[in-house]
Formats: sequence, C-alpha cells, structure tokens
Amino acid sequence: MGKITLEKVTKSFGDVNVIPPLDLTIEDGEFCVFVGPSGCGKSTLLRLIAGLEDISSGAIKIDGNDASNTPPAKRGLAMVFQSYALYPHMSVRKNIAFPMKMAGVPQEEQDKRIAAAAKALNLTDYLDRRPGQLSGGQRQRVAIGRAIVREPAAFLFDEPLSNLDAALRVGMRMEIGELHAKLQTTMIYVTHDQVEAMTMADKIVVLRAGNIEQVGSPLELYRAPRNLFVAGFIGSPKMNLIEGNAAQQHGATTIGVRPEHIDITDSGPWTGTVGVAEHLGSDTFLHVHDTGLAETVTVRATGEVGFKHGDKVTLAPREDLIHRFDRDGLRVA
Amino acid sequence: MATQHSRSAARMMMAPAVVLLLGWMLVPLIMTLWFSFRRYLPLRGGDLGSAGFDNFVRFVTSSAFWPSVQTTLIMVGGVLVITIVLGVLLSLLLDQPMWGQGVVRILVIAPFFVMPTVSALVWKNMFMDPTNGLLAHLWQFFGAEPVAWLSSVPLTSIIMIVSWQWLPFATLILLTAVQSLDGEQLEASEMDGASPLARFFYIILPHLSRAITIVVLIQTIFLLSIFAEIFVTTGGAFGTRTLTYLIYQRVLESQNVGLGSAGGVYAIILANIVAIFLMRIVGKNLDK
Ligand SMILES: Nc1ncnc2c1ncn2[C@@H]1O[C@H](COP(=O)(O)OP(=O)(O)O)[C@@H](O)[C@H]1O
Ligand SMILES: [Mg+2]
Repeated sequence: MGKITLEKVTKSFGDVNVIPPLDLTIEDGEFCVFVGPSGCGKSTLLRLIAGLEDISSGAIKIDGNDASNTPPAKRGLAMVFQSYALYPHMSVRKNIAFPMKMAGVPQEEQDKRIAAAAKALNLTDYLDRRPGQLSGGQRQRVAIGRAIVREPAAFLFDEPLSNLDAALRVGMRMEIGELHAKLQTTMIYVTHDQVEAMTMADKIVVLRAGNIEQVGSPLELYRAPRNLFVAGFIGSPKMNLIEGNAAQQHGATTIGVRPEHIDITDSGPWTGTVGVAEHLGSDTFLHVHDTGLAETVTVRATGEVGFKHGDKVTLAPREDLIHRFDRDGLRVA
Repeated sequence: MATQHSRSAARMMMAPAVVLLLGWMLVPLIMTLWFSFRRYLPLRGGDLGSAGFDNFVRFVTSSAFWPSVQTTLIMVGGVLVITIVLGVLLSLLLDQPMWGQGVVRILVIAPFFVMPTVSALVWKNMFMDPTNGLLAHLWQFFGAEPVAWLSSVPLTSIIMIVSWQWLPFATLILLTAVQSLDGEQLEASEMDGASPLARFFYIILPHLSRAITIVVLIQTIFLLSIFAEIFVTTGGAFGTRTLTYLIYQRVLESQNVGLGSAGGVYAIILANIVAIFLMRIVGKNLDK
C-alpha cells in the first residue's frame, strides 16, 4: 500500500519560503510526476516526502498514518537519486543487498530478491562488478534494483534520467514504465522535462515556485491547461500564445493555439513568411513571421512538406481547439 | 617555440636543482656507506682502516639492537593508531557546520607548526612535570596521585607528544577526504535504514580508506626518524631508545662512527622495506 497525502505542507529554508501551503493526494499504485522548471521546489517536495528534509508545518500521511516526524528509513519509501548515489566501494550485489542487510533480512531471502531484481533489470552478469565499472544506464538500473529489493510502499525518483544520453533516456523511460506496470507500486517521479512527464505519468503535478499550478492526467493538462503557465509548459513544441487584436476577437486577453492545431491552407486569418523550417522526418515545424501578429507562430506540418526559409504560407487555427485566457492568465471556459 | 625546444630548455633550467638535490642525498648516503665499512673512532685514533662487515655484525648483535627495533615499532604504531583514530573523529567533527569554523580549523592545525624540540619541551615542562605540570594539577584536582609521566610511562608519554604533533596533519588530510564524500550517498544509506554507526562503518570509513593509507605512508616515513622528542625528554633512557636514537648514541656518545653508520644502513633498509610495503598497499587502494 502506498497512498501519500500532503496536508498544508510548507517548507522554508531560513527566511526563504520554498513550499507555500500545499495539499496533494497521491493514490496507491499511481505513477505521479512532479514537473516544473528548475528551482521550483520539486526536489525539495520529494525530499520532504522521503523525510530527508523536515517539513516546516503541515502533515505528511502515508496510508493514513501521520509520518511527518517518522525518520526516512521507517517511512517504507525507496529513493533513486539523480547521481544514483551508489556505494562505490561495494560490488553491485552488495549495493543491492545493503538495505536488506540493514533491515536484517535473512541471507537466503536476500539472495532470492537480488536474483529476481538482477533478472528484471538485466544486471545478472554485472553483480560482481563495482559501480565504477558500469555504464550510466547500468548504474541507474543498480540504483533502481537497490530500491526494488526493499519492497517499498512507494518509489521516489529525482530526475533519474537527466545524466543519461538521449537514446538511453528513452529506453530507461520505457523500463521504468514497465516496472511500474509490473509492480503496481506508487511511484513519484520528479523531472523538469515535460516529455517525460507526458509519456510516463498517470497524474502530473505542475509546480511553479512551490505552488501547484495544476494536477491532472497528461491529456487533461494537454486539453485544458488551467492557466498560461501550464499551457506554455505542457506540449512540445510550445503552444503559441497570442495577445492583442487576434485575442480580443475571441473575447480573451490571450489565446493559445498548439502548433499541431494550425492548418496550412489557402485561406486563413494569418499569412506570413517561413523563418526556420525544422524537418524532423515525421514532422516539420515551421516558425512563421510577419503574420500581422506580434508573436512568431509555430506550426506543425506533416513530415514530407517542402517548405523552406522565405516561403509564404497561410495559416488557419482550428477554432474549436483555441484556448482562451483572461487578464489574470486563467483559462476561460 | 616548439614543444621539443621548450622541453630541453626546461631540462636545462631544472638541472641545477636536480644536481643540488642529488648531491644533497647522495653525498651523505655514500659517506654513510663508506664509514660503515671502516673502523672510524674520531677520539681514539681516527680512521683505523677497513673493518669488513664487523660493524654490521656488532650493531645487530649488541644487546640494545632488538629492544630499539621494538621501541621504534611501538612508537610508530602507537602514534599511527592515535593520530588516525582521533584524526577521523576530529575531521568528522570539523566537517559539521559550526560557528567560527575557520578559526577552529586553524587552531587545530597549529600544533603542526611548532618545532618538535619546542613542543617536546613544552610538554615536558608545562604538562608532564610531576609537581608543576598542568596534568599533575589536574590529577590533584580530582584527588589522584600525579603521574611522573616521563619516568614511569616514558614511551607512552613520548607517543602522546608525537601524536599531538602529527594529529593536525592526519586531521587535515582526512578532513579533505570527508568533505569530498557525496552527500547523496549518505542520504541514500539513511533511507536504506543504516544507523549513524552503520553509516560510519559502511560508507564513511571505506570512503576514507585511501586518505588513511596516505596518512599512514607519509607519517611512517617521518616517524621512523623521530629524534628531538626523545632527546629533550628522556634522552633515550627508560626503554625509549629507538633505532634512530641508538645510531645517534653509537656515533656521538660512543664516538664510533663506523658502528653508527652501519646502523644507519640498517635504518635505510628498514625504511625502504616499509616504504615498498606501504606503496603496494596504497597502489592497491588507489586502483579501486
Ligand atoms: N538546503 C537548502 N537551503 C536553502 N535553500 C534551498 C535548499 N535546498 C533548496 N533550496 C532552494 O529551494 C528552491 C527549490 O529547490 P529544488 O527543490 O532543488 O528545486 P528543483 O528540484 O525543482 O530544481 C531553490 O530556490 C533552492 O535554492
Ligand atoms: Mg532538483
């Protein structure tokens, strides 16, 4: 079981208030992703849940029991650190065995769990190596292995993939996703990368300066961002946020149109010249200037279109998919 | 200028220093070797010709030899154990954030800058004096009989003095090692359920092992040649005669340069055995 509830949790370092009062419930078995720009307090929030930092006020409940003052080891949570934090002088086997050794698990049971974890994570051949002799991806898996064998109530990941190269990152993303599907254990995953959040999460928590901006499933956030910040943060490439006349025509201060919701047609409200055309093969992203709008408009076209720098295009946003925001940046229904 | 040129220019410029250092080392070494094969008694006729291996045989068969080796080992070992145990604890303490950290660290390092002769004299007269010493007063304050340190426990006393001198060095090296420990590792072990003691033995101590071997290596080489501390305290009496001190006595007190030089050669061999032995350990440790 691993239902985690935060009630009016705050955290300040001296005078600096990093987390204002914050309420959040993470259901048992959920894959919850905290996402937000660097320095917004994601790690701090995770460390509060882990018990590595003390909360300034409020309460943290794990399965209904107040764990606010429980030491980290007793909370039954396992954490995977950004730097992996493996013990460099121990072999992979000893690293994985360490939490069990500390908990006094019998040797037989230890061996069984190590073998199972090693098999699940493709580490069987590396058990007698030291962390220094492993690649980044393998180290990452050892760190996960060390977390799995504890059979925790929830896993906490702090930007676990940020030290890996792009290809490995995609692979590990899938592996962690599969691990969650198999274990069905609560996972809280911190990242600044919205793609990771979108691809992995059951529930995304968007944070800015310690505040929760929106909580919801990836598609909820994609379809109905609650405010300008979430609108700009979720989705790649970024949503076009347009102010001025064009917005006023829709009765809003700002309107947002996702690049994939703009068609290149013969007749449309905006005509401009292509600045940069990014050909990705599957898609082409066009950055269009001089449309009469103050902002450069990003448009997603199919992969095979031949537009290039200087071409003239006419753009038509899909009216039903335009997001409208009021003067305070909040979504207008 | 091409690399080749700058390299030979560099060699030229280093040459004087290298020659000077080599001379500095080689001349005394060769003289020691030379005298060790001579019957050389400065006050009793000077150089009386070749002695073959007589000096070497006499040095090791003298009744003072083995006890002095033993004393040397106890002294070096004792100082190493004390400085490393206290050094580890002190470095962990100094790593804690506290008020006036900078000043405290300088104070901890200070003993290292006191000359051995001076520190031994200070200890002898200010601390260990059985009537006026601070330790005597402390003992009396608690109603205990003051200890006559340098006559009843002379070896322990000297080990204490030398440890006091070398503790800063050990602490300094270990402190840098403690500071290089990754905080996330400690946090990970905390989450893994390791108690503070378990964290110390499983995480901190292994992390310090390399620094500890380096401290052992460097200190051993310097501790083998302790002299001033013995000279100004016990003068080699009461079982505090180390190998170094024995050599000194042979040369200056018995005025037998040949015999003393033979002892010097043994000391060189001993130091090299220790050095090779330690280098191996360090090498192994550094490989990891
Ligand atoms: N130990 C600390 N002392 C003081 N300020 C801290 C400490 N840890 C984090 N902060 C501050 O809290 C804010 C959030 O940090 P963090 O949670 O690490 O952000 P994120 O993980 O989202 O990048 C930052 O402004 C950071 O400077
Ligand atoms: Mg962070």
